[in-house]
Amino acid sequence: MASPGEAAVKESHVEKKKTPPARYWQESQEEVKDENEADKSKNRAGEAAQHKKTQKAKKRKQEEHQRDGKKFISGKSDPFPGPAPVPEDRIQKFKRKDKMKKSRGQTYMLKDIISRTEEASEMSQKQAARVDLLLPEDSGFLEGDEEEDTCTISQQDIADAVDITSASKYFNLNLSQFGPYRVDYTKTGRHMLLGGRRGHVACIDWQSKQLMCEINVMESVNDVKWLHSETMYAVAQKKWLYIYDSNGIELHCIRKFNDVLRMQFLPYHFLLATASATGFLQYLDVSVGKEVAAICTRTGRLDVMCQNPHNAIIHLGHHNGTVTLWSPNQKEALVKMLCHQGGVRSVAVDKTGTYMVTSGMDKKLKVYDIRAFKPLKSYFLPSGASCLSLSQRGLLSAATGDIVQVYRDVWSTPVTKPYMAHRVRGAVWGLHFCPFEDVLGVGHGGGFTSMLVPGAGEPNFDGLDANPYRSVKQRQEWEVKALMEKIQPELISLDPTQLGQVDRATFEQRHQDRVQALGFDPLAKGKFIPKHKKKGRSSAGSVEKRKKQVAHEDQRDVIRKTVENKMAIEKERKERKKTTAALSNQKSALDRFKK
Amino acid sequence: MQTAVKTKEEEAAQFTAHVCTAAVYNMAKEAKKKEAKRRPKEERRRPKEERRRPKEEKKKKQRRSTGLKLRSSPEQDALKPDTVYKEDPEELHVELSEEQEQDEEQDEEQEQDEEQEQDEEQDEEQDEEQEERRRQKLLEAISSLGARRRRTLLERSEAAVHMSEFTVSADGEAERVDLSELIGTVEQTPAVPNRTKRQLKHLQGANRTVESPLSRQESERIQRDVSFQKAAAEVSRWKAVIKQNQRAEQLVFPLNQEPSGPRPVDRVASGWTARTPLEEEIFGLLSANKQPIHDPVLTPVEEASLRAMSLEEAKQRRAELQKARALQSYYEARARRERKIKSKKYHKVHNKAKRKELLKQFDDMVKEDPASALQELHRMELARMQERMSLKHQNSGKWAKAKAIMARYDLGARKAMMQQLEVNKELTEKVVMALNNEEEEEKEEQQEEEVLPDFVNDAERGVDPFNPWMRGRLTEEPMEKEVSDGTEVAVQEAAAPEVEEDEEVEETEEEKLLREFESRRKRRQQEEEEEAAPGRPEEEQQQEEEEEQQEEEEQQQEEEEEEEEQQQQQQEEEEQQEEEQQLSEFTTLFRGLVGVRREVEEENLAAADKPDSSAPLQESLIRVRTLENVEDLRQLHDEAAAPPPPPTEQLPPAAEKAGKKRKRKRGIELKEVLTKGTKEIRAPVAATVEDAGEEAEDEPDQRRLISEAFAGDDVVSDFLKDKRKQEAAGRPQVLDLTLPGWGDWGGTGLKPSRSKRRRFRVKVAPPPPRKDQRLPAVIISEKRDGAVALHQVSSLPLPFQTHGQFESTIRTPLGRTWNTERTVKKVIRPRVVTQLGAIIEPMTRDELKDGKRGADGKKL
Repeated sequence: MASPGEAAVKESHVEKKKTPPARYWQESQEEVKDENEADKSKNRAGEAAQHKKTQKAKKRKQEEHQRDGKKFISGKSDPFPGPAPVPEDRIQKFKRKDKMKKSRGQTYMLKDIISRTEEASEMSQKQAARVDLLLPEDSGFLEGDEEEDTCTISQQDIADAVDITSASKYFNLNLSQFGPYRVDYTKTGRHMLLGGRRGHVACIDWQSKQLMCEINVMESVNDVKWLHSETMYAVAQKKWLYIYDSNGIELHCIRKFNDVLRMQFLPYHFLLATASATGFLQYLDVSVGKEVAAICTRTGRLDVMCQNPHNAIIHLGHHNGTVTLWSPNQKEALVKMLCHQGGVRSVAVDKTGTYMVTSGMDKKLKVYDIRAFKPLKSYFLPSGASCLSLSQRGLLSAATGDIVQVYRDVWSTPVTKPYMAHRVRGAVWGLHFCPFEDVLGVGHGGGFTSMLVPGAGEPNFDGLDANPYRSVKQRQEWEVKALMEKIQPELISLDPTQLGQVDRATFEQRHQDRVQALGFDPLAKGKFIPKHKKKGRSSAGSVEKRKKQVAHEDQRDVIRKTVENKMAIEKERKERKKTTAALSNQKSALDRFKK
Repeated sequence: MQTAVKTKEEEAAQFTAHVCTAAVYNMAKEAKKKEAKRRPKEERRRPKEERRRPKEEKKKKQRRSTGLKLRSSPEQDALKPDTVYKEDPEELHVELSEEQEQDEEQDEEQEQDEEQEQDEEQDEEQDEEQEERRRQKLLEAISSLGARRRRTLLERSEAAVHMSEFTVSADGEAERVDLSELIGTVEQTPAVPNRTKRQLKHLQGANRTVESPLSRQESERIQRDVSFQKAAAEVSRWKAVIKQNQRAEQLVFPLNQEPSGPRPVDRVASGWTARTPLEEEIFGLLSANKQPIHDPVLTPVEEASLRAMSLEEAKQRRAELQKARALQSYYEARARRERKIKSKKYHKVHNKAKRKELLKQFDDMVKEDPASALQELHRMELARMQERMSLKHQNSGKWAKAKAIMARYDLGARKAMMQQLEVNKELTEKVVMALNNEEEEEKEEQQEEEVLPDFVNDAERGVDPFNPWMRGRLTEEPMEKEVSDGTEVAVQEAAAPEVEEDEEVEETEEEKLLREFESRRKRRQQEEEEEAAPGRPEEEQQQEEEEEQQEEEEQQQEEEEEEEEQQQQQQEEEEQQEEEQQLSEFTTLFRGLVGVRREVEEENLAAADKPDSSAPLQESLIRVRTLENVEDLRQLHDEAAAPPPPPTEQLPPAAEKAGKKRKRKRGIELKEVLTKGTKEIRAPVAATVEDAGEEAEDEPDQRRLISEAFAGDDVVSDFLKDKRKQEAAGRPQVLDLTLPGWGDWGGTGLKPSRSKRRRFRVKVAPPPPRKDQRLPAVIISEKRDGAVALHQVSSLPLPFQTHGQFESTIRTPLGRTWNTERTVKKVIRPRVVTQLGAIIEPMTRDELKDGKRGADGKKL
């Protein structure tokens, strides 16, 4: 029974069907009520009536459906007809862009296309939202007792509290000989790479604590980075860039890349971006082994680098407090932001490419909205942060001296104290959150510490993209697939949706691009070369004469045309004038009132 | 319009052949009447000769006139197409020119003479006046017949309007001849049959004229028109279907096919009828014998027999069946369950039971059936022999060898080997009736315990010596302690913050003391360092360091005494404003004004000396924080009602300012952007080790500190310079086309006049606003990225009208990475699907009969 009161209530599909059967006494009562209320508010009554109508219609429809399909052997009606509803906010999560506004003058073909694509996108949204339910794992954070600060909870306490497998993820590697360590995890989070400043390089299957290889390159090591899979890694050594395989065998020594200080690997582009002490930003395509781009940044030593995982843009931090954004397609910085008054010490960008966190010599920690290039938050750290790292779930770890601090929600809420803190045995040199694990790897002077940070890793992994549990065969298959789906470096741009837009450049711009790409102008007119004539008529003088005759021919053409155009316009103008004059000469009946 | 003069034969023929629709007929009649009225009376009184024109010609003319009429009203033509077809095509004949007509007329004159004579007599009574002249003419004509054919010029006896230059008078053209005039003689002539007479009379009564048939071209045209319309109508019936198919998302050929997959049997059977005689015969037989046609559960015979069974019997039977089924299923389930059990213990017990059973049986057998018992014994003996021959349990295999290596360290391995040997022993032992079963079982049980995984009861045990993880952790702790003990200084340092960690809630005085100690120690260290590096004016820095430390303390104090702060807030705000002013001055005179800087610094130092004000560099920052705290409070207040404001609360005011006060130097705002709104984070643990770079070299550290303190301005101004340069580069340049000395005096020191310069300066349209217009601290490159453009769609595809439409249609990705399988399948459905091997026939008319079928074929 749909009384006006009920109509106003937001109804779920379940309640609608659970309405009790009509009773003869109810109706009369309600009618009276309706009459009473109709006097009060006509609108609501009207609404109710409408609602009633629609409900009836629905019911009829359903009945018909049942009669047709004969779905219910028992004769009972389905209490939950239709597909299960999906919550609106979850659908919103998968929304790509707003719907098109319907304009009037559309052909039926266009209408069809638009409606079809709208339908498809809606379906994909809904389906994705529905399937999102299936992500089983949820993540939580460390929660202290009342009045207890989570940052005072020591790692040991956490390790004692958690299960054995998780507890085993808290460990220290005591490697005091070969200096501070740089750390890197593979995309799946299964393997770890350690690069000691004094030449010690080790890769470890860190979950099973199995050492894959351990070498000393007998040179200083600036940075280490895994390539696309755990079979290869790059080491930036004192002079050149080297690539080793997981057994520690040197595969390549790349002489084109010298004095590399920092490296980033763009997994979907198969690009290894390196920043060197000479101020060069270079891109190496590891799938074909070619240097894609070498950009001279002209900003001095580049020892601060990170990538934006959303659009594969490289962020570089400089000593003059600026952070610059680079793509391999442009020789100049896409964006240059002044972030700090002192030099930039570290930069990190979150997984969604929304926020950038920087720390500088001015002991500040700043959070930027990197899409709008606007500062969001600014924090003052008493001793400044030397290393930053962002986890998949948005936890920020900052190293101040020998202390690793982890912050939560640095961009949304003003933070006053860290979420977690941990002291390690030496100055921190490298920080890296392990993907898909609640683990933060810290490389420092005294070796390596793997600490537990509850809520850091993404609990749900995409088995087709980065599967932590994949076998060798699966890895091989994935490798082939990833190579097939490799994104070309030309497609790196600030806005990754740019590819889906129509190029609105003018003809001239496009022509310029073309000229640049080809190296010559395909539309350029060839130079006039006079025909060679015999019998002495091709003397230098006559040739020059002939050239002069043709000189400025095209220009003359243009002038001729413009003059013609002008004349035509003038003529038209005159005619118009004439007609207006004629019109104005005509005497109207009202003219006699003129003075 | 003229009436046609027709001979009887023709009249009759036309009467039968020509049927005209009423509308056309009436129209024609009306037109005729009007014409008649208009005609002058003199014209009616026309020479008889002229009136008696050759009939054929008149007929032709009439045809022409009707043709004209038809042409003028095509709609009416369309209404009576059928009638036109029926006309004899021979009649549809058209002369192309007048001259031809006249020639023919001459040829036919001879034949018509006799008739003319007859006509003459009739006319005598009516036109007595003109009779004389007509006769004259006739005579002349007759006379000319005999002689050579010669054309005589018509005598112009009367003032006529129409006088042809071809010696043909057009006078009689529009003359009306009544039927009665012609028929009058028919009455008298006996040769005319009565029937004809009757017909003629009837005709006389009916004042209806029959239209002459159309010309061939016209009728053909009409025919074509009509047939086209027919065809168009026929074709247009398909229009809807075709359009539907064109618009369909997917077409599955052949159209209208039944859905694939098995169909329900009854539907197939109900649709099927016996057609061939053989089928019918079979059907007849089946029905006669009450055989099932539709595949029911039971045949009629069976049903009958079922019915014959008594109720009780049936019940009993059913119960039996039920029980049997239940038992069967129970046994099956049990067997399945047992087969799946992996537990060794279970199997051991099971085997034991079996063995016992076996033994029992054997005992029984010995008693009952000694022969078979003997056989059994024999078999056992055989097994023993086999075991003795084989190396199966001799610990000589690969596994055993591996175990042997491990055996030295591993108890389990040793046990396993022993067990093997035991098995061997057992099997090779001579069969004695009472085997030492119990012992074996015990052993097995022991072994079983070994086999059980450790982790099962690990949690209870707590410390398991065999568990590597537990072991590792236990050993870890003491190690850490050792390490921390090893560094003597670090202990003290670490101790204080750790204490802090534990009891941060209530900060005691002890803690403060500790912190003080720490700071003093640090100071001492620095002093030492500075002493180590002599020859540098370090006093200032020392002071700075002190201040910083003090400041830190004060900050912490502030945290405790927020209320006090709020009281001081106003005062502080004032101070801050002062500071800001100073800073602005600072930036404007940032070059070569080091003295000012010093002053500011000194001021700051002075401020730092005061008990409750904060340190020089972070002074403004902290104050701002307090301000924000107030804001936060307000926010908290508001949060109950309204959602929290967007996080970008700090910049927009600055941007607005930039918009409002353009004349103000941007550097100041930028600085504000950089310095304002900093929130301090208090770390519970203070770092003991400075960062490596700083640790290594102390002198650069100091220098860095200085540069840090004063570098800001340089950084900002450099950045602004850079930005201005970029903006200037982006701006289009004014083209100056002035030619000095052109149309004016020229020479050294002479400049073209201002008006001239203004006239010849070509201004270029200003570029679109820069993207970083509103962002003071950002330079965004305006360069076009041509690399992506190569992959972009360069021009709008056809059906789309705006860029937005097209972009929105391709906004949803199609791939499996972003979509569920169902969506992908829907999105990439092919436009046309053809069944392999199926014959695709053209659409039949059935498609038209019901539109729904057509729609089904579309399969939306």
